[in-house]
Amino acid sequence: MVIKNEARYQRQIRLKDFGRKGQQKLANAKVLVIGAGGLGCPALLYLAAAGIGTLGIIDHDVVELSNLHRQILYSVNDIGRLKADCAAERLTQLNPDINIIPYPLQLSNQNAALLISKYDLVIDGSDNFPTRYMVNDACVLLNIPLVYGALSEHEGQTGVFNVADEEGIKVNYRDVFPNPPQEGEVLNCAEAGVLGFLPGLIGTMQAGEAIKLIAGIGEPLINKMLIYDGYTNQSYQIKLTPEDQAHQTSPADLDAFLHMDYKWFCGIKGTTGAVQELDAEDFKKRAKNQNYTVIDVRETGESPEAEGFKYTKIPLSTIRRHIPELSEQKIILFCQSGVRSVIAAEILLETYPEKEFYSLKGGILRLS
Amino acid sequence: MKIDILLFGRLTEIVGCNRIQLENVPDTDAVSSCLAAQYPELKQLNYKIAVDQTIIHHNKVLTDGMTVAVMPPFSGG
Repeated sequence: MVIKNEARYQRQIRLKDFGRKGQQKLANAKVLVIGAGGLGCPALLYLAAAGIGTLGIIDHDVVELSNLHRQILYSVNDIGRLKADCAAERLTQLNPDINIIPYPLQLSNQNAALLISKYDLVIDGSDNFPTRYMVNDACVLLNIPLVYGALSEHEGQTGVFNVADEEGIKVNYRDVFPNPPQEGEVLNCAEAGVLGFLPGLIGTMQAGEAIKLIAGIGEPLINKMLIYDGYTNQSYQIKLTPEDQAHQTSPADLDAFLHMDYKWFCGIKGTTGAVQELDAEDFKKRAKNQNYTVIDVRETGESPEAEGFKYTKIPLSTIRRHIPELSEQKIILFCQSGVRSVIAAEILLETYPEKEFYSLKGGILRLS
Repeated sequence: MKIDILLFGRLTEIVGCNRIQLENVPDTDAVSSCLAAQYPELKQLNYKIAVDQTIIHHNKVLTDGMTVAVMPPFSGG
């Protein structure tokens, strides 16, 4: 690809190890960013600004007000619009000289391999384990470098997978975490919360790793994982090594990949349909009705506290260990975002199949 | 024999800090069982262990002054 308006990149071309050669490598590169959220936004901004020739953006979601404190590509005018389209528009304004391709679709094992195969490098900015394992497996099978990034409250992880080191050794996500956690065990940003600057830092690091890998400069985190703590500014690097047994459950080839069920693999059971989800208005009415028992399944210390109705607190982690005694017939569960309350209800339903279980859809966040 | 234990993610919330010291833990399996005995909530958690900044996949013998990092997976993006 021909570099247009080279003056734009003058400050990085000036770097001796990068130079015009490095810029040409970026212009020739095709990078796919999975998820245009907290990590994807800063990664996309720096990749577009740096002159990556082709930039793909996958995200099926729409912009919400609660995204704006960290998803810095979007403005209030974008609320309700598809993130992939908004991101592509904004990035085109930033750099009209590169090729930006939005994919406003849900990534699945049916389309992932085809999409990923069109790119030279993938950035994982997803927010759930099924997608992380799926993207990892597709990149392993297609032999495409993957720059990983993930967050938990004030900590972030990043690393480079599927790139051979000097000894020809490669690792991937399954070498680090061979077994996915149980559903609801690890909280996402909607449930646990996150300060906006943290994905800003980790997403920017991911863009940096991609740029270093493509231009062949510096020391990318090949076979390493960096853990950064935004509260203490401490970072900790861990050397990763392959673990053969970790790959017993990974697909052997692309055909097997097409037959994987990543939600099932990550312990996400299809809901039985027996748990009825309530919208905020319906929840408020029933929560004040004495015929219903209301239970907060969030872990101790999670905020905000619910107000305006009576409830008891039984964290999901407790329910997993010990099924509580429930005397009432109608039970409403709630949590932060409506994920854990459904899981808890499904667990309780196994012991109490004769009772009625309800879950607050969207969680306590929808109550205000 | 003293071993420094570094904790990350939700483990810090359960334990209440991001660094503790354990004595008389001859290997990494002993670290896991010692942590599980003191903090039962950890039993249910999925984590990976690194010794002196290198990931391990099997039980590893520890010697005085080693650092063990206990890392859960993160999902947020």
